[in-house]
Amino acid sequence: MKKVFGFSLILAMILFLAACGSSGEGDASSDEGNGSDGSEGEEALSGSVTIDGSSTVYPIMEGLTYRFNQEHPEVELSLNSSGSGGGFKKSTVGEIDLSNASRPIKEEEKQRAEENDVNLHEIELAYDGLSVVVSQQNDFVEELTTDQLKQIFLESSDVEKWSDLNEEWPEEDIKIFSPGHDSGTFDYWNEVILEEEPMKEGENTTLSENDNTLVTGIKNDPYAIGYFGYAYYAENEDSLRALAVENPDGEMVAPSGETIQDGSYAPLSRPLFTYVNTAKMKENEEVFEFVKFALNNAGPAAEEVGYVALNEEEYQSQLEEIKGMTE
Amino acid sequence: MESKNLNGRVLKNRVMKTLFFSATVIALVFLVLLFYRVLSQGWGYLNWNYITSFPAPYPEEAGIWPGMIGSLMLMGVVAVVAVTIGISTAIYLEEYSPKNKLADFIRVNIQNLAGVPSIVFGLLGLTFFVYLFGIGYRLLAGGLTMALLILPVVVVSSQEALRSVPTEVKEASYGMGASKWQTIVRVILPAALPGILTGIILSLSRGIGETAPLIIVGAATAIYTLPDSLLSKYTVMPIQIYKWTARPQEEWQFVAAAGIIVLLIILLLMNAIAVWIRNKYQTRY
Repeated sequence: MKKVFGFSLILAMILFLAACGSSGEGDASSDEGNGSDGSEGEEALSGSVTIDGSSTVYPIMEGLTYRFNQEHPEVELSLNSSGSGGGFKKSTVGEIDLSNASRPIKEEEKQRAEENDVNLHEIELAYDGLSVVVSQQNDFVEELTTDQLKQIFLESSDVEKWSDLNEEWPEEDIKIFSPGHDSGTFDYWNEVILEEEPMKEGENTTLSENDNTLVTGIKNDPYAIGYFGYAYYAENEDSLRALAVENPDGEMVAPSGETIQDGSYAPLSRPLFTYVNTAKMKENEEVFEFVKFALNNAGPAAEEVGYVALNEEEYQSQLEEIKGMTE
Repeated sequence: MESKNLNGRVLKNRVMKTLFFSATVIALVFLVLLFYRVLSQGWGYLNWNYITSFPAPYPEEAGIWPGMIGSLMLMGVVAVVAVTIGISTAIYLEEYSPKNKLADFIRVNIQNLAGVPSIVFGLLGLTFFVYLFGIGYRLLAGGLTMALLILPVVVVSSQEALRSVPTEVKEASYGMGASKWQTIVRVILPAALPGILTGIILSLSRGIGETAPLIIVGAATAIYTLPDSLLSKYTVMPIQIYKWTARPQEEWQFVAAAGIIVLLIILLLMNAIAVWIRNKYQTRY
């Protein structure tokens, strides 16, 4: 017993010392956030802002909260990601200030908000292009029509193998990777591609709330296909390939910053939202300040993490709208 | 005939020895692999800056500070609640409660509770502490939920510790005219303390690594202020780590690995303290 104790203590000490030892340069950074920039000559903003919702929007919000904190270190910011639906569950009863979503609010969620006297105002933060991806090892498919996507993903279709879609393609099972049913990404896919009909389930379908699981699953299997936010594709371009998808004009368009922003990557581009509780915004200056800050900085914050910014005018007009609401 | 039989038994012994040895090796190999992977990935990101920084959108600047403080504060709440209720329950069950069917029923159920999945405790915490008691998604609610989670283990291990105090010692105390209460406070508890403390620290180590129930009772994913009271927003290390692993960029995996190293260090320290306490006080009886 003594030996075990000695061993674990020594191991812990070594690890700890090593951790401290490699500190090197930057002990200063811990103070950075507090460097007051009392530029506005007002009293320091305090209070709290609570944010929850879509994990797709999370990286943008993280960038925004991080920078907001540097300007207003006294504000208690708390950011969570329980999915678009999870966020609305909390925001429609007034538990949180902002609710991120990768889809518009649903009718039943609106009703619930009304029942609880909560008014949620929709703010567009950025665009995302839901990307349909296959592995780099896949050398046969380049583009798909929405009909073909339906045949692949819908339960009611009898397409099981790639050769069922195109005789020249290999006679191998199609492996489907999809975000889980709680995610706004699935909701959007469900609406646009599946049109609310049930998706295939079974041994060839993998559902996961963790997008990295999907990335890993697809990149290692030449017969896999899946979809997720553009950011996850952009970060894995060397191992994944995004397919061109037929848009309503009949053109085959692959997702990219340009095609998503100019709307030609349709129907799979979608806006990303946050919904602010208007009463809280009027009552609490810090929430109002945060919303303004978000609209002023969402573009760069979105691009930094692989999403596509709106046009500058769109941010400005939303900003005016917000300002009008609090007067 | 006899010698053949002997050879057979020797052989059997040897086979079994090899079998058990390989089982041990398999477990060790995976442990070493785990350590290797975590250390090789996380080492580059682990420095003083990492430990004292708040979450950030850039891997080089992200840190685990609020999670670490949050975890420690949470464990503070858990320790106070679980220790008082846990030890009291154990004392009642071992020393006071009549040895009847009801007591057996309670005992069995407490042991069953120890096997309930942690997410169930999360739902319980959400219903009771967050909503019913109106605490909200705050540190106190998380602490109480975790306390519930480890309570069964604390009770069971404290019971074991109390039971291991020799009967002669108790009887000697009664023989000297001590009351039950005096015997418990002055004789039984001091003798059982090392066992009780070890059990508590080990169950706290379990608690510090839990994620699921805390996600349910609303621990934040990113905060930029430290919790300054029991009613603050908070986050904990496992949630920060979990969130980092879900990011698309590869660097975040390294940031997560660095977080795992910090978590492991704290766990090892806690376990070391448990072993130290046991060794220091164990020889009393």
